[in-house]
Amino acid sequence: MKIAVCIKRVPDSEARVKISADGKSLDEAGVKFVLNPYDEFAVEEALRRKEKAGSGEVVVICLGPAAAQETIRTALAMGADRGVLLQADTIPADPFETAKLIAAELKSATWDLVLLGRMAIDDYNHQVGVLAAELLGLPCVTAVSHLDIDGAKGVAEREIEGGIEVVEFPMPAVLTTDKGLNEPRYPALKGIMAAKKKPLEVKPVQAAAGKLEIIALTPPPERKEGKIVGEGPAAVGELVRLLREEAKVL
Amino acid sequence: MSGVLAVLEQRDGVLRKVSFEVATAARRVGTKVDAVVCSSPGPEACATAIAERAKSGGYGVVVFAATATGKDLAPRVAAKLGVAVASDVTDLAAEGDAIVATRPVYAGKALQKIRVLGKPAVVSVRPNIFTPDARASQEKPETLSVASPGRVVVREIKAAPAGMLDVAEAQVIISGGRGLKEPANFKVLEDLAKAFGGRAAVGASRAVVDAGWRPHADQVGQTGKTVSPSLYFAIGISGAIQHLAGMRTSKVIVAINKDKDAPIFKVADYGVVGDLFEIVPKLTDEIRKLHG
Ligand SMILES: Cc1cc2nc3c(=O)[nH]c(=O)nc-3n(C[C@H](O)[C@H](O)[C@H](O)COP(=O)(O)OP(=O)(O)OC[C@H]3O[C@@H](n4cnc5c(N)ncnc54)[C@H](O)[C@@H]3O)c2cc1C
Ligand SMILES: Nc1ncnc2c1ncn2[C@@H]1O[C@H](COP(=O)(O)O)[C@@H](O)[C@H]1O
Repeated sequence: MKIAVCIKRVPDSEARVKISADGKSLDEAGVKFVLNPYDEFAVEEALRRKEKAGSGEVVVICLGPAAAQETIRTALAMGADRGVLLQADTIPADPFETAKLIAAELKSATWDLVLLGRMAIDDYNHQVGVLAAELLGLPCVTAVSHLDIDGAKGVAEREIEGGIEVVEFPMPAVLTTDKGLNEPRYPALKGIMAAKKKPLEVKPVQAAAGKLEIIALTPPPERKEGKIVGEGPAAVGELVRLLREEAKVL
Repeated sequence: MSGVLAVLEQRDGVLRKVSFEVATAARRVGTKVDAVVCSSPGPEACATAIAERAKSGGYGVVVFAATATGKDLAPRVAAKLGVAVASDVTDLAAEGDAIVATRPVYAGKALQKIRVLGKPAVVSVRPNIFTPDARASQEKPETLSVASPGRVVVREIKAAPAGMLDVAEAQVIISGGRGLKEPANFKVLEDLAKAFGGRAAVGASRAVVDAGWRPHADQVGQTGKTVSPSLYFAIGISGAIQHLAGMRTSKVIVAINKDKDAPIFKVADYGVVGDLFEIVPKLTDEIRKLHG
């Protein structure tokens, strides 16, 4: 099985968010970057599918700055075979531009399966997978939390409000992965050593400005100073009164 | 200003509450609003039908709900229109010829304000943020007809057990974390939810979902659901940044925790310090009295 996995380098979810002097972007000084957690599910799924098939190749593709080589090495250490860095100083604010660059790279080969994460935890766009699939003309299922592939046919489950959808689709397909699909492995020491020798191709790319323009990045409004109503069950009466009379939610 | 196309959602022939929010958001950016629904088991077919309608109607803006369905459908439509989605927005306005949207990023630790220059502008709105206006409930959408579903087909919807409200749709959420100590103790929270008479759902932190105490569908946070109920109870939950990412836009937050320094108290409007096993049953009694 030949599988492509698109991975993104994102700030760790614990990272403190400080806004740059331009008022539009994240100040990256001192921020730790990681492999997007949803993309870990995608890498893991690719590895399992390849292992099950007994042969194949898992290629990770990342659009990002030079430092994203480290993110690719993480996926290689998990077991991916080779990586491609589409190198750009900044990732476009418009996910359609990201999708175009990724789709162009994906077009250079034929794939049995293309995997991406459900969403990137920095921009919360949840769409690059769908946009890339549309550009490639491939069927797409999003937020997959369970997957069966039987030759040319796939069946996936995805969580919706109040239930689970069971979706059928033909292969090859583009799928985006959700939590629950698998338990991503940790790179073992042996994998980390091996990753250093795996091929990592760097291709400079130029992203267009796109049609979503960031005007400002601001801290979220401070929540109104809360209050400790009291301690223990004795505080319940006062809590209920405040919820009724002050917050008016009961 | 050109017209706005509001893409509504229905299940079993009934418009979902979020549809009224979509219609309301649509009216914020235009006076001429047309509403459509598409009911096909195939998202590809709906995407084609909606994109064609958007083109033939010459709409300036297309609005979706950022639900599981909308997050899947909106980018399919957007790609066919040659643009991306301004997704999961919490504020929306027309400024001159452009649409300006606000969206939480970095796990809700920052707000991004963007100008949407695409023609049309495609946006999806976060559920429970846009309070439906009076006109919303009279919405009579046009149903788009779809011939064949396409390559991707929904074969079945395994519905959650009857009477169970989804956390993403509940007005009141009672979430529990590791402080509950063991899975059976969630009964304490279920009792409180019941006292709210069908308006409340029980949510969970990732710690208890990973431990297998609660299903992933109930998880609130960065790797779970993003919710904005009127009232959110965080009970025996420490308030990790990834949990806050999913609930910080709730209207009123109540925290019950035995550790007075727990970070959850920093975002809570009302906090009670103490043992949840003593506090919650008392609270359930009081709520029952109000509703009984
Ligand atoms: C990439 C990533 C994604 C994540 N995504 C999510 C997510 O989507 N959602 C999420 O919730 N977490 C998420 N997490 C995990 C998060 O960091 C925390 O580990 C988790 O939220 C902690 O759960 P908790 O509050 O239930 O447990 P704890 O942090 O252990 O807190 C338990 C709390 O219960 C209190 N307590 C104990 N006993 C009692 C009692 N008798 N009465 C009252 N209070 C009591 C304690 O004082 C404590 O504050 C994510 C982490 C990572 C790295
Ligand atoms: N710059 C990027 N490079 C590679 N893959 C990406 C990039 N941005 C997004 N993706 C993929 O698309 C998924 C969804 O991202 P998003 O639409 O930005 O939320 C991610 O989980 C990745 O799999």
